[in-house]
Amino acid sequence: MNMQSLNLDKRSATTTQPPDVRVAEVPVAKLIDISKCIGCKACQVACMEWNDLRDEIGINVGSYENPRDLSAESWTVMRFAEYQRENGDMEWLIRKDGCMHCADPGCLKACPAPGAIVKYSNGVVDFISENCVGCGYCIAGCPFNVPRISSIDNKAYKCSLCSDRVSVGLEPACVKACPTGCIQFGSKVDMIARGKKRVGDLKERGVQTAALYDPPGVGGTHVMYVLPRGDAPERYSGLPADPSISPWVAVWKGVSKPLLSAGLGLAVLGAFFHFVTRGPKEEHADEEEEKQ
Amino acid sequence: MTATVRVTSKGVPRYSRNERVTHWIVTITFFLLALSGLAFFHPAFWPLTALLGGGVWSRILHPYIGIVMFLAFGLMGLRYWRENIIQPFDREWGKRLPDIINNRDEGLPEIDKYNLGQKQLFWAMVVTMLLLLASGVVLWRDLTAFPVAAIRIAAVVHALAAFVLMLGIIVHVYSAIFWVKGSMRAMTLGTVSRSWARHHHPLWYRRVAGKE
Amino acid sequence: MTNQWVDIKNADLVLIMGGNAAEAHPCGFKWVSEAMENRKAKLVVVDPRFTRSAAVADYYAPIRVGTDIAFLGGVINYLLANNKVHADYVRAYTNASFLVGEGFHYADGLFSGYDAAKRSYDRSTWAYELGKDGFVVVDETLENPRCVYQLLKSHYSRYTPEMVERICGTPKDKFLKVAEFIGSTATPERVMTICYALGWTHHSHGSQNIRTMAMIQLLLGNIGRPGGGVNALRGHSNVQGITDQCAYSEVLPGYLSAPTEADDTRDKYIAARTPKALRPNQMNYGQNFAKWHTSQMKAWFGDAAKADNGFCYDWLPKRDGAYDVLAIFERMFQGKISGFIAQGFNPYAALPNRKKVAMAMSKLKYLVVIDPLKTETGEFWQDYGDKNPVKPEEIKTEVFRLPVSSFAEDTGTFTSSGRVIQWHWAGQDPPGQAKTDREIVAQLFTRVRDLYRKDAGKLPEPILGLTWPYAIATAPSPEELLREMSGRAVTDVVDPADKTKVLVPAGQQLAGFGQLQDDGSTACGNWIYSGVFSQAGNLSARRDTSDPGGLGNYLQWGFAWPANRRILYNRANTDPKTGKPWDPKRGGISWNGKAWAGIDVPDIKPDLGPDSGAGPFIMNAEGVGRLFALGGMAEGPFPEHYEPFETPIGTNPLHPQVVSNPAARVYKGDMEAFGKADKFPYAATTYRLTEHFHFWTKHGVLTAIVQPQAFVEISEDLAKEKGIANGEQVKVSSNRGELKAVALVTKRVATLTCDGKKVHTVGIPIHWGFLGVTKPGYLANNLTPYVGDANSQTPEYKAFLVNIEKA
Repeated sequence: MNMQSLNLDKRSATTTQPPDVRVAEVPVAKLIDISKCIGCKACQVACMEWNDLRDEIGINVGSYENPRDLSAESWTVMRFAEYQRENGDMEWLIRKDGCMHCADPGCLKACPAPGAIVKYSNGVVDFISENCVGCGYCIAGCPFNVPRISSIDNKAYKCSLCSDRVSVGLEPACVKACPTGCIQFGSKVDMIARGKKRVGDLKERGVQTAALYDPPGVGGTHVMYVLPRGDAPERYSGLPADPSISPWVAVWKGVSKPLLSAGLGLAVLGAFFHFVTRGPKEEHADEEEEKQ
Repeated sequence: MTATVRVTSKGVPRYSRNERVTHWIVTITFFLLALSGLAFFHPAFWPLTALLGGGVWSRILHPYIGIVMFLAFGLMGLRYWRENIIQPFDREWGKRLPDIINNRDEGLPEIDKYNLGQKQLFWAMVVTMLLLLASGVVLWRDLTAFPVAAIRIAAVVHALAAFVLMLGIIVHVYSAIFWVKGSMRAMTLGTVSRSWARHHHPLWYRRVAGKE
Repeated sequence: MTNQWVDIKNADLVLIMGGNAAEAHPCGFKWVSEAMENRKAKLVVVDPRFTRSAAVADYYAPIRVGTDIAFLGGVINYLLANNKVHADYVRAYTNASFLVGEGFHYADGLFSGYDAAKRSYDRSTWAYELGKDGFVVVDETLENPRCVYQLLKSHYSRYTPEMVERICGTPKDKFLKVAEFIGSTATPERVMTICYALGWTHHSHGSQNIRTMAMIQLLLGNIGRPGGGVNALRGHSNVQGITDQCAYSEVLPGYLSAPTEADDTRDKYIAARTPKALRPNQMNYGQNFAKWHTSQMKAWFGDAAKADNGFCYDWLPKRDGAYDVLAIFERMFQGKISGFIAQGFNPYAALPNRKKVAMAMSKLKYLVVIDPLKTETGEFWQDYGDKNPVKPEEIKTEVFRLPVSSFAEDTGTFTSSGRVIQWHWAGQDPPGQAKTDREIVAQLFTRVRDLYRKDAGKLPEPILGLTWPYAIATAPSPEELLREMSGRAVTDVVDPADKTKVLVPAGQQLAGFGQLQDDGSTACGNWIYSGVFSQAGNLSARRDTSDPGGLGNYLQWGFAWPANRRILYNRANTDPKTGKPWDPKRGGISWNGKAWAGIDVPDIKPDLGPDSGAGPFIMNAEGVGRLFALGGMAEGPFPEHYEPFETPIGTNPLHPQVVSNPAARVYKGDMEAFGKADKFPYAATTYRLTEHFHFWTKHGVLTAIVQPQAFVEISEDLAKEKGIANGEQVKVSSNRGELKAVALVTKRVATLTCDGKKVHTVGIPIHWGFLGVTKPGYLANNLTPYVGDANSQTPEYKAFLVNIEKA
């Protein structure tokens, strides 16, 4: 959705400030309270319905996870992880996986196509498919391994946080469908407050490890989790404990961009000024030389 | 400066027809790759994607063109690697670099078909081409599927290798077209003047002239 | 549900056992979440598997399939031994103090009156001791050894924590922890709700599973209270409605027991169903049976039903035996049924022992399937390879498929688990030639009636005399039907005390079942729905969310039967002497000195104050809750642990000579088809997944995407023993059939030790079949045994024996 009415905080492959003058934008956030998640996949179905996505009907490979992974047609999937405590008690750690909508989005940083990835001023990171060239750099840039390239049109896809719904004042489809109230949506400030309250609730219930997942390494996220096992986010099917944009990506899309470009420019200039100061090595005519 | 006599039959043959074709294939593909690659590298160069028909076509074609360049350069590599082995007199020649840069070419050590700069460029191209190929394959999502960690490293390697290659080519192009007059015809007509050959590559010239 | 969905939010402890609310009732589960967040309620889950419910629970304990009574009996023993009972409640609102007659006794797994040949009981000794006044003798001290309390104590003294561990495989410490949680709600300040579902009903002792929990809730004083009750989470959006309207032939709408051959006259029929009060001053609401039944006959037969013809009682069929679903298919199996109409029913997929059902259906002359989808039932005669290995050339059954609207394509009501009748509007027209259920049934009826008119035939009167007052005879409207159920005055209804006073003028809709009469002046299709469509209009269509008490009663939202009451037995939420709520913050009704009033509809006559001595359980003749069930249950007045008919331990540690339910009906051939642990060593259970709904949603693309292929769940131990890797194909077989599926190897299915033996469990989700857009699968009911609960005949889908091997 290339919404003219929306302010952009960031725009991929764009070195100047994109339109961002309106002041009314409130940063939004989705809060996924894992202590209330029953893994029912209503969010997955709602996502498919709202966004008109139909992944393939797959197979079961010995897991509750289906589709097996995020894809261009599955922008969110439930991850199920089993964990056995030392005393033998079970934990079934269920996590809704999908785009985290980083404040400092690695995908946007890596994207070479101007305007293929935007971050609206409300924090939503959105892929503008018509500008996407399908290079997949966003995948390399993402610290959460979220974007996927479609085998149909070679464009990158991921959760848009239902930017089309949010822009007209609705909550994302998954939030609407969640039966237990595990997924909530509101301003980032409110969601942080609610997340902290829930962490307090859980600690009061004896879950001392509870924590709010809003990783600072990516500037915070506009999708946050309340994790009962906040001490070990990796147990939730590999949720990174301290995600940040990979140093390789930072080098590639950070210092190297201006530095190497300048290097090339200097080389050309160097050659040019060599020519005007020193001139060419002239060639003598064979006959002339041979006469001598 | 008097006009040189451009009599082809009297020139010193430097590159055969096949060699010239191969070189120009590499040249053309290199420019397409460099320009489309720059477009992906820095937003300032994005408009260069128009060269290949837009961003998507650039993404699609770039790797295929890269394969062509690699194969063509591979031929050149096989042809020229022996002649690019760096010899002791090359090093001596290299010590006179300030003089060379300032066009004080008198009394330079005699060298063979290629000077040290050309040889260094050759080997730099061999190394960067291999790096570009390897990292390019990793980045080529249309056909390959490497782990994200590998792709991230490959992206950096690809960018750095391309940078080095482009620097080299800038020097190469400047030298061949603008700086060292008489060089260009080696790759257009296939011959150089005896004067040019004697002047810049005396060992080679004597070898070739002797054969004549 | 005695309470309702929203009310779960008022609980302090939510026990999920015999169900998996998060999995099967994800939307209702929000109220569990609410209770946990806002009331700091604890959630305890007891289940053979670590379920989706367990994933968000505070405490989980494993249990072997089919041993819930042993567990709950252990809880009763714990409560009594540790004095964790709500003493005032138990004394006033249960029959704890009532004396039981001398003839009653229990020994070694059998109660008095057992007839082994008939596999049933003479229940006459399961009765109270009556005094000369005709009322039950009571002992308020609860010390008389014949009083219910003492009998209860001695009966469950055998259910020690050690015995629980031995039978259920639940480690003793975990059992005691759960018992401690449950016992914590014995105080007036704390209330527990129990959410169960088919995990309790699908057993040969299913009704007693639930009864045991009801007894626990009575002992804890949790019935009638906000946040309490015994709550069946029903498995379809309208399964409550369909049972209310009579889903099977053994009851008439409104749970009126249908006549049997013994009830040859109306007087006999009415007398046998009209109880006499067993204690003084009780409401004994069942005494109104004649009013409900007579009004129903008026609704059915209209002017033809008159006092002088017994309101057409003779036109009613008189049961010659059982007509539950297993009995019907057994009759079909014996070739005694020639035609079958499956409307909104997929018995071929849903009934146990598919092979037997296939043989039964092959003996039909015709089969009519009324369904929006292509069902396994309609396709039972088709050869789908090993997924439905039948020979079409040998099946002569003629199958008619009538396309029907789905629920979203028709207007009408849903009745939720919480008894709330809610009107819904059609979202769109049915596709193609599909008609609504109403039109199909009406057309069938009018055509049959035409045939009777034309050709006469045997006993044409009930058909020709049936009231058919609809504006369009072939398409009765949902409004007309709901009005008919709700009831109206046929003639002026006059005040019996003052005959000149007209209570309801002729033709008006009734306000409720309190206005029903037994003289033919009222017509009401279903007494418990009376009032849903009153003179005030269609109350089921109300959508007012005002909630003055803040407890989520929502009296102006839809209409809850009976009488728009949201919590049944709510008189029991108050102190027996003062009539004030046990917990002032969770008051429902209270006595204001003159009448009962509050935020719910009182479940007692409004002017029967605390001094009247009237008990809160008004449907019981003694006015109190029954810890001792009299003759109400087929296998005894106290629930006793019986093993599933296919038991992995092969014995009953409590009484090895009586292993399984002695009163459960087993047909010839089915007993022989039971497997033994030597060949089928693993306990198996079937269940639903949240991604699917029964055998419907495998036809839906979205649901197929999120759960595409059949699997079975086994423990890591069992997988290791059998060399099965996660994701491999396995064959699961019982003595009745087999299925193939993907093995899902998980830590969540525990290996238990029961009676010294290692018991592995194989979990089998049911949703796949040979039709649909999911990957084709086998019907889980290839495996299940053809035996039902002794009372309801609900099949034992949840506990049987299988073997498993690599496919």
